[in-house]
Amino acid sequence: MEKSTEMGMNRTGIGMSPIDSKAMISGAQQLTPVEKPDGQAMMLMEQQFVENAGTIGSVPVPGTMKGALKAAMGKMAGRNPEALLNKMGERLAFERGGVRLYESAIRKCEALASLQGDAPVPLDELKHIRDEELEHFRLLKNCMTEMGADPTAVTPDADVSGVMALGIQKVPADPRTSIGQCLEALLVAELADNAAWELLISLSEQMGMDDMADDFRRALRQEETHVQRVRGWYEQAVMADATKEAAPRH
Amino acid sequence: MAVNLFDTQGTPLAKQKFTLKELSPPPISKLDDDAFTRVRIILMNGIEQQANRFQHLCAQMNGALREPLARIRRVEHHQQTMVNWLLSGDHSPIETTIAYEQVAIEVTAAIAQQEPDEYLAQVYRYGLLEDFDHMYRYSALLDRVEGKDANNILQSYTDVIPGRPTSDEHRHPHDDLRDHYDRATAQPISKLNALTIMSGEYQTRDYYMNIGPTFSDPVARNLYAEIASIEEQHVTQYGSIIDPNETMLEKWMLYEANEAYNYYSCMEAESNPQVKAIWERFLDYELGHLAVVMDLFKQHERRDPAEILPQTLPDPIAYESQREFVRDTLKREINLRAAGTDFVEKGQENPESLKYREYMNSEGSPSDAISAGYLWQPGTELNTDAIRAA
Repeated sequence: MEKSTEMGMNRTGIGMSPIDSKAMISGAQQLTPVEKPDGQAMMLMEQQFVENAGTIGSVPVPGTMKGALKAAMGKMAGRNPEALLNKMGERLAFERGGVRLYESAIRKCEALASLQGDAPVPLDELKHIRDEELEHFRLLKNCMTEMGADPTAVTPDADVSGVMALGIQKVPADPRTSIGQCLEALLVAELADNAAWELLISLSEQMGMDDMADDFRRALRQEETHVQRVRGWYEQAVMADATKEAAPRH
Repeated sequence: MAVNLFDTQGTPLAKQKFTLKELSPPPISKLDDDAFTRVRIILMNGIEQQANRFQHLCAQMNGALREPLARIRRVEHHQQTMVNWLLSGDHSPIETTIAYEQVAIEVTAAIAQQEPDEYLAQVYRYGLLEDFDHMYRYSALLDRVEGKDANNILQSYTDVIPGRPTSDEHRHPHDDLRDHYDRATAQPISKLNALTIMSGEYQTRDYYMNIGPTFSDPVARNLYAEIASIEEQHVTQYGSIIDPNETMLEKWMLYEANEAYNYYSCMEAESNPQVKAIWERFLDYELGHLAVVMDLFKQHERRDPAEILPQTLPDPIAYESQREFVRDTLKREINLRAAGTDFVEKGQENPESLKYREYMNSEGSPSDAISAGYLWQPGTELNTDAIRAA
């Protein structure tokens, strides 16, 4: 059975220790000399750091100006092709991470299936999504290679999206998390992924890369299905928990 | 249960084994386990880390002891792993930091009260008020950067109130040295207390040094750099109260006895049965280590370990909220400062420390910046009607 939400000895709130909490609150009020929150000093300090900050890094220089990029350069006169390469690098990294995210969720479902004889989410569908994420990674790799860009390099936005994803990947990886909690992490990733594909399509079109935009549209259609499926499983898991029924099967 | 150090052999070293799976036990619950379970886990990680560090240094300075040191040290390493891996992955680094400062406050306060030497007790109270202030600054950081309440970790055992201001804690190294206890006349508990607190502070320094650069927020990075500097001062302070004239084997024996003492204290207080079983097991492991080191002591120094060690382990460290003691200390000693090995009133500090501090703070103070106008209240400072509701 999927782990259900239960009441227990949660000690985090002040309600669990009313006497100590009262002492803590009155102590803070009496013994803290200031009472009005003041974010000014923090802001000024951050400002100094921002003023002196470098950047996350750069977009690598393409090894060769291959056909697609050459063509694009022509069309992109007055535009910034690095912006497109940066975003393609980001999508590539995100999709590659997405494969691992789904693999993590699949491992958890398989472990639960071996315990209860039944996977809480259809494994074949999860594996199908995982395979499509891998396809998208390869699509981006090919597009970047065609442009003469290095698909093994980390672009600045790829790096930042990796930072964002750190928390997401921790959720299915934790043996204690429920399927519902894992699905929520997948949903967060998929929603961001959908928006990012939409943006990448617009960006490619703006840069005159119409063939590429067509490929990306196909990927977006698949991603839209991912969101729909994951959202459905997630909602079923939460509803099942609320009614104490078994977890969703389909 | 009194533990007799001379009648108990503990688990023989040859039987102290781990599988890799054992090194990664099921972690505690951040939400449901008692905060003092986490306090004990963090402290014991520090105790084991320091034992490991001490034994490595010994091996580099004593060829004859290399082999037994290597054998015991391997077990200490695995004990540290198993203990530290009890922390669950849902603790953010700042939340773990809050827990580290809770260790520093609650354990130092307990030790200060059980310390029979008044000068050493004063040293502990002095450091206590500085760690107490770190709690306030880090709570502001947790609230203002992650939007979280430090009390979710503290569980109302430990106050979040300013202590001796962190920006005032920067001192010249000369003013961090203290008089050491006398190995010949100090009571065994004084020697164990010093090792416990020094170990705890050393791991805190190392923890901040490791996680500080993992933050992206510039004020957080700067705050960790600042408080790591103070923890380095604390390691200097607590390291300096240990008699440097003790022999290497004398020290090693005390380290092993202290590990046993700390596991015993944890075992007596533990509420989580899975964790308690680990404390029990490791108490027996440490008694096994102590038996080996006592034999080495007899063999190499031709002395009786009873000259150094007590017959039985002292009363366990009290794992309970020290709120009243801390507040009382705050009231009496917040204006105390250090001058050389002495404690003096504010205004009587050495010029070297004043210059050092002025320079350190001359481009801004992250501890002051992060906590400007900060008042802890349940549910974070954004929960403005919390106090009325309570």
